[in-house]
Amino acid sequence: MNTKHKLLPRLLLAPAVGTLFLWMIVPLVMTIYFSLIRFNLMQPDVAGFAGIENFEYFLTDPSFGAAVLNTCLLLGSVIVATVVLGVAIALLIDEPFPGRGLVRVLLISPFFVMPTVNALLWKHMMMNPIYGVLAQVWTFFGLQPVDWLTDFPLLSVIIMITWQWLPFATLIFMTALQSLNREQLEAARMDGANYLQQLRYMILPHLGRSVAVVVMIELIFLLSVFAEIFTTTGGGPGDASTNVAFLIFKQALLNFDAGVASAGALFAVVLANIAAAFLIRMVGKNLE
Amino acid sequence: MARPRKFPLALIVRTLAAWSVTLLLFFPLAWLILTAFKTELQAIAVPPELIFSPTLESFREVEERSDYLLYAQNSVVTSVVSTLLGLLIAAPAAYAMAFFKGPRTKDILMWMLSTKMMPAVGALVPIYVLAQKSHLLDTQLGLIIVFTLSNLPIMVWMLYSQFKDIPHEILEAARMDGATLWQEARLVLLPLGMGGLAATGLLCLVLSWNEAFWSLNLSSAKAGTLATLIASYSSPEGLFWAKLSAASLMAIAPIVVFGWFSQKQLVQGLTFGAVK
Repeated sequence: MNTKHKLLPRLLLAPAVGTLFLWMIVPLVMTIYFSLIRFNLMQPDVAGFAGIENFEYFLTDPSFGAAVLNTCLLLGSVIVATVVLGVAIALLIDEPFPGRGLVRVLLISPFFVMPTVNALLWKHMMMNPIYGVLAQVWTFFGLQPVDWLTDFPLLSVIIMITWQWLPFATLIFMTALQSLNREQLEAARMDGANYLQQLRYMILPHLGRSVAVVVMIELIFLLSVFAEIFTTTGGGPGDASTNVAFLIFKQALLNFDAGVASAGALFAVVLANIAAAFLIRMVGKNLE
Repeated sequence: MARPRKFPLALIVRTLAAWSVTLLLFFPLAWLILTAFKTELQAIAVPPELIFSPTLESFREVEERSDYLLYAQNSVVTSVVSTLLGLLIAAPAAYAMAFFKGPRTKDILMWMLSTKMMPAVGALVPIYVLAQKSHLLDTQLGLIIVFTLSNLPIMVWMLYSQFKDIPHEILEAARMDGATLWQEARLVLLPLGMGGLAATGLLCLVLSWNEAFWSLNLSSAKAGTLATLIASYSSPEGLFWAKLSAASLMAIAPIVVFGWFSQKQLVQGLTFGAVK
């Protein structure tokens, strides 16, 4: 009975742990190897040990600094925007009003839209400088229409991704608000606490944990934002909307330089691990 | 709970505000749906035409232009099979961790989560090379494998957080009564864990259906999913907004409707049960 108790869980765990281990370790080892050799997908005859050449090339590439900065800007803006707006909307629809069920359904919808559709919908129908809806709104107010993707490429991508992830944040905050102790809130109101005080001392602290969760999930998914950039700006103009993920893609599948791309990938992994180290500690505390 | 109607004005203001925000955020999607039923000329009309006689022209053209059904089939096959495969691998692992908790269980869970934090792009070159070498590039099987593996950590987490809430006593009672492992799983765990399994499956279906990084990089004309079909509309080519909208609508409608029905479970799943 006792040995069975030890053997059985291991057997059940093995497939998941095994496949995930391979999924992690094989690409990692290959990436480290590729990053040290000359490896061009189009020129098989170019080979040999490259030392730190690839790293040097990737890190001194003028696009690199821009890509790191863009990645941080994109993550930061989307996370701040979705958390702030998400809390606001969740508070707004927390209490019953006519049509609340329908509002919920409509609000969550953008989250289920695939990234390529999201990106093209905004690129063409919303942000086109002549026929796009935004251009027509601008004209209506007597303003000069904006060529979003050319003049504000990174902001445009941020808007698209915020639109996609705001419903997710809203839904989570809404769910968290439902477990708020209403009697306590009522008591505070009786004691003369105004809405701002209730918000500051009772509601926002209650949301702390869900904010942590939203930040974590968004970090996981947004570190490698790709499709939105791929289908709209192509990283440009110049490097204006290139993030680290897109830069690595460009090196690998547009320049066919797998060696340099691998060096970049290792960098991305390090970047992600730094973020993950903080996050895991945070969730670890929150999950028990 | 029932609040006295002290402030009908406050209610009116709140209702108006909530609906304005909602309509603003839903507007792009509403526009997409409208455009899908317009002609190409109506689609770019300035000022926009809000009243028009809807046409199905664009849907027909989408089907003629590219083999929509092939892409749709690829999407269905890859997302359904990878979800089932994932459940098959994840459920036993989650069961083991939830009911035979050892000193290392938490470490294993954290390690699994950390694999999900690896940006997909970090593995792009090796996975591309491996897929090329094993002739899995642009095949359904290749995408299924990649989708399954990239969703696996989330599936294990989600199932674990659901199984954890099932009282141990019930399983122990079954074991005392002489139930074999298979009977225990089939007669006790399966009915109790059905909700969790369904929620996990739903989430993975949505994630795989909408997956765009791997499908764009590893597939094209043969195994391409709907996400890649839509990406082929990224370069302008004359008048094509109505067609783009029609194709997009066909690509997102199934999963958006699906999402409406399962939003609650999806939240619990995506937050690993940390927000209830």
